[in-house]
Amino acid sequence: MAYVAVKGGTQAIENACDLLNYQRVKGDSAPLGVDQIQEQLYLGIDRIMSEGGLYAPNLAALALKQTAGDSFEAAFMLRAYRATKPRLNHSIALSMDKMRVIRRISASFKDIPGGQILGSTSDYTLRLLDFDLLEDSTARRQAFREKIFKDLDPDLELPNSFPKVVEILRREGLLIEKPERRKESEPFDITRRSLTYPAPRSASMQSLARGETGGMLTLAYSSMRGYGNVHPTIGELRVGYVPLEVPHPETGEPYLIGEIKVTEAEAVAQYTGGDGPAKFTLGYGLCFGQNELKAISMALLDRTIQAEEGKTPAEDQEYVLSHIDGIEAMGFCNHWKLPHYVDFQSDLDRLRRTQSLEKQQEQEQ
Amino acid sequence: MNLRSWQQNNKSTPLAGYNFGFMDDSAKKEVRRSLLKAVAIPGYQVPFSSPEMPIARGWGTGGMQITLSLVLPQDTLKVIDQGCDDSVNAVNIKKFVAKVAAVTSTTDTHRATVIQTRHRIPEEPMTGEQMLVLQVPYPEALRDVEPSELETRRMHAEGDYARMWLHLYEDIVRYGEISISYRYPVTVNDRYIMDPSPIPRWDVPKLHMSETLYLFGAGREKRIYAIPPYTSVIPLEFEDHKFRVEKFPNPCQRCGSTNSYLDEIINDVDGSRQYFCSDTGYCDKRCT
Repeated sequence: MAYVAVKGGTQAIENACDLLNYQRVKGDSAPLGVDQIQEQLYLGIDRIMSEGGLYAPNLAALALKQTAGDSFEAAFMLRAYRATKPRLNHSIALSMDKMRVIRRISASFKDIPGGQILGSTSDYTLRLLDFDLLEDSTARRQAFREKIFKDLDPDLELPNSFPKVVEILRREGLLIEKPERRKESEPFDITRRSLTYPAPRSASMQSLARGETGGMLTLAYSSMRGYGNVHPTIGELRVGYVPLEVPHPETGEPYLIGEIKVTEAEAVAQYTGGDGPAKFTLGYGLCFGQNELKAISMALLDRTIQAEEGKTPAEDQEYVLSHIDGIEAMGFCNHWKLPHYVDFQSDLDRLRRTQSLEKQQEQEQ
Repeated sequence: MNLRSWQQNNKSTPLAGYNFGFMDDSAKKEVRRSLLKAVAIPGYQVPFSSPEMPIARGWGTGGMQITLSLVLPQDTLKVIDQGCDDSVNAVNIKKFVAKVAAVTSTTDTHRATVIQTRHRIPEEPMTGEQMLVLQVPYPEALRDVEPSELETRRMHAEGDYARMWLHLYEDIVRYGEISISYRYPVTVNDRYIMDPSPIPRWDVPKLHMSETLYLFGAGREKRIYAIPPYTSVIPLEFEDHKFRVEKFPNPCQRCGSTNSYLDEIINDVDGSRQYFCSDTGYCDKRCT
């Protein structure tokens, strides 16, 4: 009989939970250290922190270990943990020009002040399986580290910060002015209030910042591929560490509490006619960790949902914001596995009734 | 690792370090305030923050937040899923609430002070001393005729329900019947059209002028609404096409009840159909 109708369901459920843990620990390999996950699967950690909306690399690593690598479940675990924490403060708006940059490129200009810094990226690699990694070893790693630092000049001066590329465009009057929206006195907090539409910009930015990478990519891709007409140029993409400051609770003075790794994307899109002179428009993306796909998708969606009258899904703010949360979407999709016997019974009742009405009609004819 | 040490590691431990009722006090306060507003405007969907719970969205997080913000140590809790106390969803939620709020639980509708339910209202009549918390997947009754939230909120504000009525009329033209089986839309207090959650039509009349307070929580969609005691709740119907509840050809094969909602079960052996009460607590009580 079905899993709702029988007694003893409680024990079966407990057993299912235990079996899940068992699958992860049944093999002979050494237990996976949380430090190993944090160091060696760092892009996965970045993604989970961003989608979970909590900057906590060690907890993200723990979640990834516990969920056996399921990024949706891991992000969900972080989000649920976060929900139990009180809100203490807002940070002061981050100054991106103070970022300790580890990667920074522009697709709009060949040469930019400060230069293009390629940094660490898989963009230029050949996607060939490296079979040597099957036999990875500490010695091998050590040798590689030595090789990479061997020819570097230890006295080389490193720049502290880099100017923003979009500022160049803005100075030349090519970029649309910062929109004169009614300034929001305090940002909308999507963890404390539910979204209503049209959502203010701070709410839309927050929703995008913790959206699911794949979902955002799908919508952004639909717009760039043909269901929409945003053809962006990446004005600047930067990855690095930005200082995080909060106002001191008594004096209000900025107080440095640490730094966070973020990816920032600025997409310059087609110009608009409108009343004044033609100008470029801008879409902005920012997320925790190194996740360039997400930051670019976010910048594009930020741009598309500013459409006055959206004609495509990606141009409809409500459509975009209410479907990109991976944790909500995952939960709802999975809930169809729950019993729906009562509802189905009611469906059967209606269908049989309709069929009998149809039969009756046929006989009458 | 041997079996014994593995068993040792997997022992469940009580949830230390969390607040009574899991949610922090400010979150509970917000839910309670939203509940008060919902009670004051019957059938109106009140937006609330709906923080994440440790069970998945779509698995009763809305109902759970209402329950957690209301339960007191002296409460007696009953949780049912599809009428059954022992089903996956009910077991999970009961386990969690017991862990974080230390309430006693029961399967007896009569003894419970708070009942959380998914898709059913208990068969046994409830009293004014009890509350029923319903888990809601789609809080918006108009969603089938209008996908946009912006637009449905406008429709509710203006009482613009023409498209809903048209939808029902077209159903009759197409199928000779209103084809809505469960989640049957109702008018609450002569004002708002409301989604009663996916309860079968069988349960809808129980909402009308009831002694009991009904609270509805949609966690994923972040909405709370309510039907206070003695509120009129009328299913949408036409003069010549009345609202009808489900019909069953046989009584419950276990307790013989002819006045309860039944599950149709296909016999493993000969493929024949059997009917049993969907409300297992009610059925058990009649059998003892």
